[in-house]
Amino acid sequence: MAVNETYIEVQDELIAPPGWRAVTAALIRRQPLGAVGALMVLIMVAAALFADQIAMYDPEINDFAAMLEGPSTAHLFGTDEFGRDIYSRIVHGARTAMTVGFSAAILGSTIGLFVGVSSAYFGGWVDNIMQRIVDVLMAFPAIILALTVVIILGRGVGPVIIAITIPMIPNCARVVRSSALAIREIPYVDAARAMGFGHLRIILRHISPNIMAPYLIMLTNFLGAAILAEASLSYLGLGVQEPTPAWGLMLKSGAEEYAESAPWAVIFPGLAISVAVFGFNLFGDALRDVLDPKLRSR
Amino acid sequence: MSVAGSIKDENTGPQPEALVRVDGLKMHFPVTEGLFMQRVVGLVKAVDGVSFTVGVGETLGLVGESGCGKTTVGRCILRLENPTAGDVIFDGNDVADMNMKEMIGLRQDVQVIFQDPFSSLNPRMKIGTIISEPLRVHGIIKDPQKRQERVAELLHICGLNPRFADRYPHEMSGGQRQRVGIARALSVNPKFIVCDEAVSALDVSIQAQIINLLEDLQAQFNFSYLFIAHDLSVVRHLCHRVAVMYLGKIVELADCDELFDNPQHPYTKALLSAVPVPDPAIEEARSHQVLEGEVPSPIDPPSGCVFHPRCPQATEACRRDIPTLQEFTPGHTLACPVVLGQQR
Repeated sequence: MAVNETYIEVQDELIAPPGWRAVTAALIRRQPLGAVGALMVLIMVAAALFADQIAMYDPEINDFAAMLEGPSTAHLFGTDEFGRDIYSRIVHGARTAMTVGFSAAILGSTIGLFVGVSSAYFGGWVDNIMQRIVDVLMAFPAIILALTVVIILGRGVGPVIIAITIPMIPNCARVVRSSALAIREIPYVDAARAMGFGHLRIILRHISPNIMAPYLIMLTNFLGAAILAEASLSYLGLGVQEPTPAWGLMLKSGAEEYAESAPWAVIFPGLAISVAVFGFNLFGDALRDVLDPKLRSR
Repeated sequence: MSVAGSIKDENTGPQPEALVRVDGLKMHFPVTEGLFMQRVVGLVKAVDGVSFTVGVGETLGLVGESGCGKTTVGRCILRLENPTAGDVIFDGNDVADMNMKEMIGLRQDVQVIFQDPFSSLNPRMKIGTIISEPLRVHGIIKDPQKRQERVAELLHICGLNPRFADRYPHEMSGGQRQRVGIARALSVNPKFIVCDEAVSALDVSIQAQIINLLEDLQAQFNFSYLFIAHDLSVVRHLCHRVAVMYLGKIVELADCDELFDNPQHPYTKALLSAVPVPDPAIEEARSHQVLEGEVPSPIDPPSGCVFHPRCPQATEACRRDIPTLQEFTPGHTLACPVVLGQQR
């Protein structure tokens, strides 16, 4: 039975990917929830890209004449303790969240891809050493690891991206390695070696493209996780610093003092985080089901 | 056919111009136990002292049942495995001693065609890319336009429409894919091609096409084949000389017709008698020699002659003494002292 399963798995890897149009059609037809998630993701990305056009006010301008005002037509989501428009800050916060989220997720999963494929391809002691390092990194809770990195590197968007990236690398490397181990045994890799191609070429051109399914699944999972991690770090005061608009930061200042007197200062940033993470997770799950049915319910 | 015939005649007897010389090749895979401190608890003796030569323009067949080590021999020649012991000498140079630069040269001289056409092509690459990649990487043809022309030419040589260059492997049939595999092997202008069960995954009619293609290509470019197979009729049709392997060792090596018409080693006899004859009358009349038992494990091979537990002619000496390949008649060697003793 086990032998049969590996055989089927290997055969799956040999089928070329469906085109993008087919993937989109399948997503909407078979994964309506995923399509909703994709729509939410699209809205977030659009908000990040066109923040300057969508926002009604400058997110960093204080207006002491309009502090802690409730939602109105002038301020859709109300204002915070400095009189800044919350709607505008959320829209601009999307830019921060997407920048950190996409950078960290793409960096984390890509480095993880490279580490995982190299580990599987070289095997032997290289694999052993790489996997033990991965073990050590995985033993730390992600947030503790991220906190350590932020404390070492300082605050700001750059260090936050690095801090969120590092805990993702071992997770992705593990998953990718197991797929790459199966690919390494397929004759086209031997054929590439017999052709005298270099290791880098074999890793990048012959093995990596054939493990795009697990890679993309890890990437979309990481997007939601990275946004949540950025919000957590900002909330703890170790992430993005004022006055840069960031959802975690808004939640922090709102929650501490005005949760009862001005709930809009808390509810809307919290909602933004939830919607973003929910959207990315819905989209990621659906993408996983479409790309790689074997991983379903795992 | 006349070309192939003349090559066949030339290759009888000693060959001064051996392109590939394999001498005492051993490939032992360690069997390890334990998670961190891995202990070697045994050795799989996949190939255990194999020697043969392949001349220029010659096809040497390597036959034997599953697990006898014939594929591993091919992989050692290609340096996809590092042999435990023994020499593989290609064109006068020892493959094992080569540095990186020399290896790249070897990679262009020695190529491989795999058994399974479905897994030997990268599913994410177009056919044109698969065939042109070696040309680009090794700088054989630097101009992209000329490279495309060469790809079209190679596809044409292998009997495929040059338009296939824009297709992906999954859009093609097994026979077409195998032709792509051949075109890829030809792209670097090799002198020697290892055909690892190159036709056994194909339908019989497609097999015939691919075999004819391989023959035509040999007549055209005069390269040598190591033809690894278990289908004896294919081997008889294609090969000039044939080596029979059993449990990591060559037991008999002779010219193709000599081996099929006058087999001497008990294992070869049993192997040939297992091939059915497509005539019920002859099939019924001829004597079948069915071997008893299973192939022993290569981790713990029998003492002396590895074939003795299943051999109908085994003597007490076969248990003790490891036989070596000795000349039976010129060009026909076998590793069986019993048969050789009867001759004398």
